[in-house]
Amino acid sequence: MQDLLNLFVRSIFVENMVFAFFLGMCSYLAVSKTVNTAMGLGIAVIFVLLITVPVDWALNEYVLKKGALEWLIGEKAAEIDLSFLSFIMFIAVIASMVQLVEMIVEKFAPALYSQLGIFLPLIAVNCAILGASLFMQERELTSFGEATVYGLGSGIGWLIAIIGIAAIREKIRYSAVPAPLRGIGITFIATGLMGIAFMTFMGIKL
Amino acid sequence: MSKNSKLLTGPINLNNPITVQVLGICSALAVTVKLEPAIVMSISVIAVLALANVIISLLRNTIPSRIRIIVQLVVIAALVILVDQILKAYSPDVSKQLSVFVGLIITNCILMGRLEAFALGNKPWESFLDGIGNGSGYAIILIIVATVRELLGSGTLTLPAVGEIKVIPESFYQFGYENNGLMILPPMALIVVGIIIWVQRSKTRELIEEN
Repeated sequence: MQDLLNLFVRSIFVENMVFAFFLGMCSYLAVSKTVNTAMGLGIAVIFVLLITVPVDWALNEYVLKKGALEWLIGEKAAEIDLSFLSFIMFIAVIASMVQLVEMIVEKFAPALYSQLGIFLPLIAVNCAILGASLFMQERELTSFGEATVYGLGSGIGWLIAIIGIAAIREKIRYSAVPAPLRGIGITFIATGLMGIAFMTFMGIKL
Repeated sequence: MSKNSKLLTGPINLNNPITVQVLGICSALAVTVKLEPAIVMSISVIAVLALANVIISLLRNTIPSRIRIIVQLVVIAALVILVDQILKAYSPDVSKQLSVFVGLIITNCILMGRLEAFALGNKPWESFLDGIGNGSGYAIILIIVATVRELLGSGTLTLPAVGEIKVIPESFYQFGYENNGLMILPPMALIVVGIIIWVQRSKTRELIEEN
């Protein structure tokens, strides 16, 4: 239990997707002009991460890892290592999960669907999603629960980051920014400063 | 001819993928603590981008437009797997430093962006040049950022095949010079890119955004 809580807090603050690894920067920069749209995209990202990370974990554990096929063909599996296929399998899972989530949300929560709108399909090429799956594989998380918690935490961290920068950009619009820095330049610098603030969480260990 | 050379030089300054089109930031910044991984990453992206551009351009008349995204993802993913395996075989150290970021070339927005915007509508040779051009634009920013960060952060420059070179002489340290540890931390990459954008836009005024 404590391990899970530790992982959860670390994935939100210490190993924040945006500030520590620069993942999902493209949509982070493109969709952070107003807080409302940022919120919509953030929630969609949490949603997809919460589903794809555990699914990719199961895929890695039972199909791709060295010797993972043992449940299927017994002893012979010890030598089979399919992990070189993981990029293509993960991206396929993500693309199809995004499609599936889109259809489910459209059917059962039309209000949420019209709010998320175009953001859902965009998420398939958001680096934060593939990044979370690859980090999950690299760190060798040991259980389904850990993978779920890691996905949820990374998503919440990303949401905090994008809402923060969207709020800052709404204010910046009324400030006298030097002309060459307007728009994207000042956003980079503001993100950098937010990142330095987030470094203070570095020592946290539960 | 001049049109072709424009394909090569355009993305290096006026249409730079990172500072102007704002594509591919995701994997760009995390690999810039040292120069060597930045150079290896740049070469990988140039190779994947040029080849993917050519392949998609060859297939452009046979891909049904409804499933083009999946076709593009599969082509990119296959090329990235190749690059990853080659890196693991020939330079395992760098491969370890780059960790997941080689895999993240797949979701690098430059690739999807160029395939969608250019390769789907142009001939293979032009697409190849476009890939090389945009890859180089990406590489230049990566190398500038990595040089600044490594020089100020560790006082060294690491080149592939040569190894680490000490640039700041020992006597400086004896006089009390200190490396700027802040430069090694991730947020400084963003600030360095911000400053590059600032410099570039004050040189070429037409890039300045409306408020």
